Amino acid sequence: MIKTAPATTASARIRGAFSEGRLTWSGLALTGFSILVYLFLYAPIVILVLFSFTRDEFGVRWTGFTFDWYIRLFNNPRMMGAAWNTLVVATVSTIVSTIIGTLLAMAMERYRFRGRNAMEGLIYLPIVVPEIVMAVALLAFSAIVFDVIKMVTGETLRRNLTTVTIGHIAFSISFVVVVVRTSLKNFDRRLEEAAADLGADSWQTFWRITFPLILPGIIGGALLAFTLSLDDFIISLFLSGPGTSLLPVEVYNRVRRAVTPEINAISTLMLILSMALVALSQLLQRRR
Amino acid sequence: MSDSIAIELRDVVKRFGDVVAVDHVNLQIRDGEFFSMLGPSGCGKTSTLRMIAGFELPTAGSILIHGREMGLTPPHLRPVNTVFQSYALFPHMTVAQNVAFGLEMRKVPKAEIARQVKEALELVRLSGLEERRPRQLSGGQQQRVALARALVNHPEVLLLDEPLGALDQKLRKEMQLELKSLQARVGITFVFVTHDQEEALTMSDRIAVMNKGKLLQVGTPTEIYERPNCRFVADFIGETNFIDGVVIGRDGNYTVLETPEGLRFRGLATRPLSDGTQVTYSIRPEKVRLLAPNGELPPNGLAGTVMTVNYIGSDTRITVRINDRRTIDIWEQNTRSTLDRDEYWQPGEAAVIVCPPDNALVLSE
Amino acid sequence: MATIQQQQQRRDRIRLALLLTPGLLWLLLFFALPLVIIFVYSFMTNDALGRVVYEPTLNNYITIFTQSLYVNAYWRSIWTSVLTTVICLLIGYPLAVFIARSPQQWRMPLLMLILIPFWTNFLVRIYAWQIILANNGIINGFLEMIGVGRLTLLNTEGATLVGLIYGELPFMVLPLYAAIDRFDFTLMEAAADLGANKVQAFLRIMLPMTMPGIVAGSVLVFIPTLGQFVVSELLGGAKVDYLGNLIQRLFLRANPINWPLGSAMAVLMMLVLLVLIMMYFRVTSEEER
Ligand SMILES: Nc1ncnc2c1ncn2[C@@H]1O[C@H](COP(=O)(O)OP(=O)(O)OP(=O)(O)O)[C@@H](O)[C@H]1O
Ligand SMILES: [Mg+2]
Repeated sequence: MIKTAPATTASARIRGAFSEGRLTWSGLALTGFSILVYLFLYAPIVILVLFSFTRDEFGVRWTGFTFDWYIRLFNNPRMMGAAWNTLVVATVSTIVSTIIGTLLAMAMERYRFRGRNAMEGLIYLPIVVPEIVMAVALLAFSAIVFDVIKMVTGETLRRNLTTVTIGHIAFSISFVVVVVRTSLKNFDRRLEEAAADLGADSWQTFWRITFPLILPGIIGGALLAFTLSLDDFIISLFLSGPGTSLLPVEVYNRVRRAVTPEINAISTLMLILSMALVALSQLLQRRR
Repeated sequence: MSDSIAIELRDVVKRFGDVVAVDHVNLQIRDGEFFSMLGPSGCGKTSTLRMIAGFELPTAGSILIHGREMGLTPPHLRPVNTVFQSYALFPHMTVAQNVAFGLEMRKVPKAEIARQVKEALELVRLSGLEERRPRQLSGGQQQRVALARALVNHPEVLLLDEPLGALDQKLRKEMQLELKSLQARVGITFVFVTHDQEEALTMSDRIAVMNKGKLLQVGTPTEIYERPNCRFVADFIGETNFIDGVVIGRDGNYTVLETPEGLRFRGLATRPLSDGTQVTYSIRPEKVRLLAPNGELPPNGLAGTVMTVNYIGSDTRITVRINDRRTIDIWEQNTRSTLDRDEYWQPGEAAVIVCPPDNALVLSE
Repeated sequence: MATIQQQQQRRDRIRLALLLTPGLLWLLLFFALPLVIIFVYSFMTNDALGRVVYEPTLNNYITIFTQSLYVNAYWRSIWTSVLTTVICLLIGYPLAVFIARSPQQWRMPLLMLILIPFWTNFLVRIYAWQIILANNGIINGFLEMIGVGRLTLLNTEGATLVGLIYGELPFMVLPLYAAIDRFDFTLMEAAADLGANKVQAFLRIMLPMTMPGIVAGSVLVFIPTLGQFVVSELLGGAKVDYLGNLIQRLFLRANPINWPLGSAMAVLMMLVLLVLIMMYFRVTSEEER
């Protein structure tokens, strides 16, 4: 941030709560308040992790250290299956939505065409439509499609991992487009001209110049899509079928019945996975 | 310098919507010459260059490179290379990778690429910086990488769009000389875009002056400066005194014009002008002579009064009023070294100016 | 010369089609079309087995507008969302100022600290509050220790609110930070110089100039809150019905399920959202002027 220096000595003297030095009452209050907010944000997570090691069978008090809940978790085929499903869905939806989203971003950023504004709306709508609306709409849609298939082929289909994946892709695309468009906007198009000038055809130009330079944006979009898929609960609940449930849905079903430290354990593992992803993305960005 | 034509523009027009960026330009650039395109901002220099490079296609007209009609030929298949204004170096590649890019695209063998890259970097005096990234280089060094990256491909023509625009004054002067000598060594045709007239005059074999999309004049620096063919060129290159009038006749080689208040001037016309034509008389300040009055007016002389005298080191700039409405600027070289300004012209002093007709032009339009 | 343009245009059009088609198809098929379907469903009838009967009717909408169960759910959801948004704003704004006014090298880490909880599963974050608020949980343990005795914290509307604020706060802080970071604080000094007190300077200078961040943050918090059902179920104990709970029940668990009615509720929810957001934009853009 570029700041203009205070213009006059008078204004330099008037340094209140908004000055950089924080040794004022209002500055102290602001700092204190902010520390409280950070505590508010982190306390639940710390407690969650801590209580994944408690002996207490309700997982809400500290009664001694144990690894049991993790061991039980790994021996619970339902949970492990759900975890595996979650990873599969997240991976597939990330790959597909990153490819589709990147193509869309290129089209929106590089071309003027009729219906571009409508397209813009279609791309951003999934971000503002409440997820539950999207979920019930997709549920209704899948039911109709299954009915039609049954009429035509006589085959009875049920909601499965494919339906969830399709839903995840549908809302991930928009976020990928937003992220990739930003990096395309920041991309200097003269570099492409320079490459063409030096004898590269449009294919070579894309792979040698454009792609490497927008790659951080694409990776950013992919990581976002991956987290969105891992994080998603509502669409997963509505679109996954019996026996193919995802981890958040499994957790939800368990939690509604009773709180057990096993849930703390799986939550901790999910937390670690998320953190690892953040760290990875930071690392990738720093390497550039 | 051979006389074969490197680039030819035939009646080229470029429109962006309602804007006519390039307006029926005809132009021939000779092999091996240092050719500059000069003009004010927005006059269509970049558009012309981009059409030669193939980044834009002409709305009408055709572009030929060594006699080959370019038509739809995309940039990567044209035998020209460009040095971009902001260099457009690939930020994710090292200096060596940047320079090697064009050769790789042409599938030159690896060993050969290495040799040529080394050579090109030596040519622009950048040896040792091969592994740096563009952002680790100074402006002048980036400029040289851009040059090497283009030159290494041995293009038939090198296009340069204000390549020195981003450099500070001192570096700019240095690079001007360096570019010029580089061009002489490699013998490649340079098409150099600039809006700096001094730069164009010092570097070029020939200059094209453009305004509002139109090509006004093409010629050597001397021709452009001494024989501008229109008011705009005379005004844009260097400084000059303009006096509007009407042609009233001829006097040997000279055309005579008369101002509304009845003053007469004599000068060279670039083409025959019939009596009654509205014209502009143009004489450069350093061409006007200033004399002390001695009773009688010399030929082509006018009586006047010195108004201002400005000493600027190499010369002194004097404004003389010749009547209520008109002043003439005169630059006198300070050939004598003296601190005694009293010896020199003083404001209010009566003086006589002489406008030698051989150094004055009568311009139509 | 027209052919030059035409050939280039044709090439461009093919490329554009290749870039556009997959995304366009996907969004039309798996986003737009489903929305159209529930819109159509919202005017259909239901049979006793929960199957959709294709008989046009306005009954679903009449039901929603006349039965207090539904009317109350709308009011409750709207009110809770407004409350959540306002509280997030009140917490988020000072926090964003704090980050933006920190020394340069601290800003990114402080912002990342806000983001990290947001990278963990929403459900997990909400679940964590169950542990804290449980009858035999930490807070009650502490209250017992100091002799206050246990309180009912979990399964209250207050717990729902806490969970919502906790879940949505990062969405408020990020856009606010972006706006406040761009704000030039010497303007506050200039205002003070011209005789404005701090409150005046804030209301007249800083608030209008950071309004885009406030708008973006509010919309980002409001939308998911309006449709939520997990928080009220896990922390509120599903004692009262919010919009999301009703919709979820009508689609998945009611006996019989009633998709047309659920669709009508979803359509109306979108409508409410549209109207509220438009009103909000009107008010805030006046403020900005
Ligand atoms: N892509 C474009 N779209 C629309 N108008 C353009 C485009 N490129 C150039 N123009 C217009 O064409 C005219 C000529 O532009 P051009 O870039 O060729 O000027 P220039 O002589 O290079 O000027 P400068 O010295 O400022 O670089 C200008 O009026 C400009 O606004
Ligand atoms: Mg230009």
